[in-house]
Amino acid sequence: MAVKKLNIKDKYRLLTRDLDWDYSYAERKKAFPFEEFEGIKITDWSKWEDPFRLTMDSYWKYQAEKEKKLYAIFDAFSQNNGHLNVSDPRYVNAIKIFLTGVSPLEYQAYQGFAHVGRQLGGIGARVACQMQSLDELRHVQTQIHAMSHYNKFFDGFQEFSHMHDRVWYLSVPKSFFNDARSAGPFEYMIAIGFSFEYVLTNLLFVPFMSGAAHNGDMATVTFGFSAQSDEARHMTLGLEVIKFLLEQHEDNLPIVQKWLDKWFWRGSRLLTIVAMMMDYMLPNKVMSWKEAWEVYFEEAGGALFKDLARYGIRMPKYSETIKKEKEHISHQAWWTFYTHGHATGFHTWIPSDEELDWLSEKYPDTFDKYYRPRWELAKKMEADGNRFYTKALPQLCTTCQIPMLFTEMDDPTQICYRDTVYEGERYHFCSDGCKDIFDDEPEKYVQSWLPVHQIYQGNCGGPGVEDILSDFYKMNLGKDNMDMKGSPDEQRWKEWKNSA
Amino acid sequence: MSKVYIALQDNDESRYIVAAIEDDNPDATVIYMPAMIRIENEGSLTIKRESVEEQMGRDWDVQELHINLITLGGNVDEDDDALSLHWNE
Amino acid sequence: MTLEIKTATLDSVRNTFAHIERRFGDKPATRYQEATYDVQSENYFHYRPLWQPEKELNDPSRTAIKMEDWYAFRDPRQMYYGTYVQQRAKMQEVAENNYSFFEKRSLINHLSDEVKAKLIRYLVPLRHMEQAANLNNMYASSYGYGTAITQACLFNGMDRLGVAQYLSRIGLILDGNSGDALTEAKLFWMKDELWQGLRACAEEMTVTEDWFEVLIAQDVVADSLIYDLYYHQFDAWLQDNQAQDVGMLTEFMQVWSKESNRWVDAVLKTAAAESDENKALLEQWIMKWKTKLMQSLEAISAEMLGGDALRAAEAVLNKRLAKAGLFK
Repeated sequence: MAVKKLNIKDKYRLLTRDLDWDYSYAERKKAFPFEEFEGIKITDWSKWEDPFRLTMDSYWKYQAEKEKKLYAIFDAFSQNNGHLNVSDPRYVNAIKIFLTGVSPLEYQAYQGFAHVGRQLGGIGARVACQMQSLDELRHVQTQIHAMSHYNKFFDGFQEFSHMHDRVWYLSVPKSFFNDARSAGPFEYMIAIGFSFEYVLTNLLFVPFMSGAAHNGDMATVTFGFSAQSDEARHMTLGLEVIKFLLEQHEDNLPIVQKWLDKWFWRGSRLLTIVAMMMDYMLPNKVMSWKEAWEVYFEEAGGALFKDLARYGIRMPKYSETIKKEKEHISHQAWWTFYTHGHATGFHTWIPSDEELDWLSEKYPDTFDKYYRPRWELAKKMEADGNRFYTKALPQLCTTCQIPMLFTEMDDPTQICYRDTVYEGERYHFCSDGCKDIFDDEPEKYVQSWLPVHQIYQGNCGGPGVEDILSDFYKMNLGKDNMDMKGSPDEQRWKEWKNSA
Repeated sequence: MSKVYIALQDNDESRYIVAAIEDDNPDATVIYMPAMIRIENEGSLTIKRESVEEQMGRDWDVQELHINLITLGGNVDEDDDALSLHWNE
Repeated sequence: MTLEIKTATLDSVRNTFAHIERRFGDKPATRYQEATYDVQSENYFHYRPLWQPEKELNDPSRTAIKMEDWYAFRDPRQMYYGTYVQQRAKMQEVAENNYSFFEKRSLINHLSDEVKAKLIRYLVPLRHMEQAANLNNMYASSYGYGTAITQACLFNGMDRLGVAQYLSRIGLILDGNSGDALTEAKLFWMKDELWQGLRACAEEMTVTEDWFEVLIAQDVVADSLIYDLYYHQFDAWLQDNQAQDVGMLTEFMQVWSKESNRWVDAVLKTAAAESDENKALLEQWIMKWKTKLMQSLEAISAEMLGGDALRAAEAVLNKRLAKAGLFK
């Protein structure tokens, strides 16, 4: 019998798409109960295009090869005390933020994609989501393993899981992903699969991974490159999802656009911490946040939205606001963390004079005018023995949960305040974007576990801030927190370098 | 027109892949960055299995690209013989 | 003469993460431990799921099984992502060599028409059962609690997809890539009286609410019976009928099943040992699904192997249950 040669499309269809069947005995709708409640209309799942037709055997083969290479480097890194090669011990605080703030999101992504990987009605989409779920588990576990060595030698890594659930600034990333996972399957796919994994992913990856490369952090940069190849698959899944939904039914367009507007805004708010990290926490700079935004959103995103325009999709709402904000948010954020440095699980510091000059150069329109004077004052206070730590707790935006540190775009001397009264209570927001999100689904956002509100309600122990930090947050006071100057991290670094 | 792009890890295998891409896409720009090789082109980019095999001197599966891939931009089309990227405009 | 390379020793501040230290003491941890224990978020979720507002995002009450510590479900294989894919890649390489050899040497020509027909009627339709198993394990992974058990369920779910794809390839070998065997097998699955009981069971599993019950129904009862019938008893029949080469194509399933059962047995044992209530619940579920599945497999096993085959498979299941401390 002549053996026909099967092409990859047909083979994949027979090996994967054909496995599913129409139910006769149980109700299919009961097996897949979440397909309709969001108002999305799917007329024909068979129109789903599989961009990468990876069968499980190939998946195992290629991923195993990546893991072998990656773990060989992790082993070499720890055997050779690789942490001594970082440019400057201040750098390590950037990856403390990564492990406590970002890695747990990878875990939530594993959970989120496992959920949609079960709940979506089309097998092609399910399998792609299942593979992504597996990839995200890979990411959180390889990140934990990459940071494992740093945890042995620096403070601030050891309680990453406990802190992510409780600490005030970590509720920003946590609530972002809780928001996505609590949404329906299609919103989840647009939120994470498309908006985050396609539009914004480079703005998370490039700062951290390039930052690692420029600052001698072999473990993180190797993880980054290894994970990026998974991201290529994720990006294509995200792009396929949005095209599929828009092609399935014209009624899906306004829903998808609304989600794009929401998640683009929430995503860019989330990136505030990354912006700050890029501009203030990397001793060897990669590029400024402003430059990163220009390359990775304004240019790259521009090409994408031109492509999607034929479906009727427009640029996300408030993209013009973000364009203006790119000049400001990193400065406003770092100032906030610096002044709250007694309550952070990582060290903070005043930028060096060279770093201040770099900031002036990169932000010619804003830095010297609005932000340098603050640092000059901070320097003076520190020299006088009065390194400033605020006594107050910040008001948080109900939606993004970031402290109200953002300013009006046309007047950076004014904090931006918005509010809504809902069922007799007033809720506060940092921006029109966050207010819009709340106003569209108030019953959802009133549930937010806002860390500062919770502290004031007595739900985080106390009575003093120090008790909350040490007992509720499990921070090691005097070790995890406070200025870089005089920290045990700095002390140990000096000892290591002297004895080398 | 918008640019499509692909970035590969800068290692021994990738160099053969990059050589094949340069042959098949003469207008493409190749940028060498720390630990990464980035290739950009206006509108579209194609990686042909046969070209890579010729450069490498062994059989090569298009899907093996996953091992060296860092990131890419554009609509993906993959089959047994090639991987291509394009924007619809 | 030995060569000792001296690297500079630095005193570390701590041996591992604080939550690992709380569990296991102040000493270096394994990669499995650091990747698994207490990674899942447990408290202070921000929003209730729109799709299930009576539950939290991560919620142990999605099952009636109660555990003091969900991390008691330590995987005896100690699989985290890295070890999982590397283990599967080794198995995949062997399988790929087997399939390659089978095809290159046209070993299909050694199979009688009777055997080929049996494979299409009995073995290939199993790919749809594996598809159900994929759904069921993904369900358990997404609704389960605690990284220890949820990651293992994810691995299992993806494994089932892999097995389904191997079974599909067997079909394609049988029909020379025309797809006819797969079409025929699907027709059996959808229409033939022989398969309707099992298909009904599969569909029912996918609408069962308690994720632990789904895990029991699929990974304990269904898999135990089916894998013994097919990859032990039917495999023996094939060997007796000059069709031992088929074993090259199903070896992956055999190796996989043996390894996976180590995990499944541990889950069963741990859940049962936790409390009398858990034990009673497990026994109740097992009886329910055993009855259904035995009934649905009656005709298949009789036709495929003869009268006693199902009883033999049941005995294997019972032995495993006893080992886990159930029905005692």
